[in-house]
Amino acid sequence: MNTSHFVPRRLRGWVLPLLLLALWSWAAGALDSPLLVSPLAVWQRGLVQLAGGELWQALSASLWRDACGFVLGAGAGLAFGALLGASRGFERLVGPSFHTLKQISLFAWIPMLTMWFGLGEAAKIAFVALAAFFPVVLNTCEGLRGVPREWLEVARVHGFGRWQLLRRVIAPAAAPSIFTGLQLALIYTWLATLGAEYLLASGQGIGNTLIDGREQFQIDLVLFGVVVIGLVGFGLNSALAAVERRLLSWRERTVARY
Amino acid sequence: MTNATTLAIQGLNKRYEVKGQALPVLQDINLEIARGEFVSIVGASGCGKSTLLRLIVGLEHEYQGQILLDGQRITGTSLNRGIVFQEHRLFPWLTVEKNIALGLLNSSLSEAAKRVTVREHIELVGLQGFEQAYPHQLSGGMSQRVAIARALANRPEILVLDEPFGALDALTRSHLQQELRRIWQQEGITMILVTHDVEEAIYLGDRVVVMEPRPGRIRRTVPVGLDHPRERQSRAFNAIKDEVLAEFGGHGAELLEPSRPRAEPAIEFKPWQFAI
Repeated sequence: MNTSHFVPRRLRGWVLPLLLLALWSWAAGALDSPLLVSPLAVWQRGLVQLAGGELWQALSASLWRDACGFVLGAGAGLAFGALLGASRGFERLVGPSFHTLKQISLFAWIPMLTMWFGLGEAAKIAFVALAAFFPVVLNTCEGLRGVPREWLEVARVHGFGRWQLLRRVIAPAAAPSIFTGLQLALIYTWLATLGAEYLLASGQGIGNTLIDGREQFQIDLVLFGVVVIGLVGFGLNSALAAVERRLLSWRERTVARY
Repeated sequence: MTNATTLAIQGLNKRYEVKGQALPVLQDINLEIARGEFVSIVGASGCGKSTLLRLIVGLEHEYQGQILLDGQRITGTSLNRGIVFQEHRLFPWLTVEKNIALGLLNSSLSEAAKRVTVREHIELVGLQGFEQAYPHQLSGGMSQRVAIARALANRPEILVLDEPFGALDALTRSHLQQELRRIWQQEGITMILVTHDVEEAIYLGDRVVVMEPRPGRIRRTVPVGLDHPRERQSRAFNAIKDEVLAEFGGHGAELLEPSRPRAEPAIEFKPWQFAI
């Protein structure tokens, strides 16, 4: 018997998760330990969180933080990256400093950020913004610099002015790279949002839900939080991939694979 | 057709600075081209033929001597001089129609007239039905037709073509040569074609300019003087071919190696690493 046709191709991605879920169910029943609860218990905890409004409260606080940090960090990153990519003088002036700073682990900024901004919302958003800033700067700069000379010559032959050159050639040519930067920023900001909530544990957020679960020894709450975080990350990436497919439909490949 | 000179190149010299040393690329080039004429330029790689075209279009500057278009010295690019490169250089984010329209961005035509011109030029190169196609959906030959349409849309006084069919397969190439001849006769635009293909040069040109390298000079100009359409198998055609090849001293085939087509401008996507 040929087993490769046992599961339709479209559904093959589901095989492993379902097997793991079954294994998890079985292990939870067999071990009967408070450290591992069954998927059903996690599901029920989820329903309770959803009904009581706690989930929405935590999730909206996290997403708001994520969005603020993303907009600030990516916005600054676009401007800074554009300058870095467009001006050789600016690159010589600040390039080396920037390339040094980007090597510093993001989490090493936390002590400094808390001293400047305290433990509240401002420090968290600053941290999230920093996570968005670096990939956007690098990819914007790279995108602008990587516009092929051949295309610039086409623009010259047709007498394009500076603005025409920027709008008709440089911006679209750099768009895929800029999009990669934004995509990475979106992933990193969600990671950083969780990191900020976990390390600066005041206020609300899905990260705080995890902390609460741990402190109250509710493993079902912790697992539920992990599932939500994973789903949000997946959702953000899918949303951006859909936007990319629309905006960059002229390309046959996608950057939404990281 | 008048025989008035449109492009006059007089005592042209061009050199590049390489590691502080002057490297002559073109030496004492003299060439007069009449309005509506088709001039082919052949030569070994390194003979400066591409540089000559780039000077005429205005993509290269700083030269000694004169390049005059209707008596005006050429400085910089202008819409009355078009170019078709070896690679099509279409913008991949634009459809065929919009790629051609982009050539008209700075034309003085009204928007309505531009639309008409784009449609006419799509018809001229025989790409009706592909208006909405993206470059990645086209074959190499079709892409090069779009590039020709884009270059012609402004109705330039001169069109220069830098090995435009060099990267195409033999069948497509011969088909596009016929197409180019038809377009040239139909539009009456002065054309200068650089090629490594002697047959192509004779098939299309009123004259074949043979250049030699290091430094780039004109060795000889061979008039063709055959009626169109030219028969490649004919005795007269082959006599001219022998005459041109003789200028390469018997080992013409070696000297006339095609310059390697440049790869499509590719954008690299690198996920940037940084510490997290």
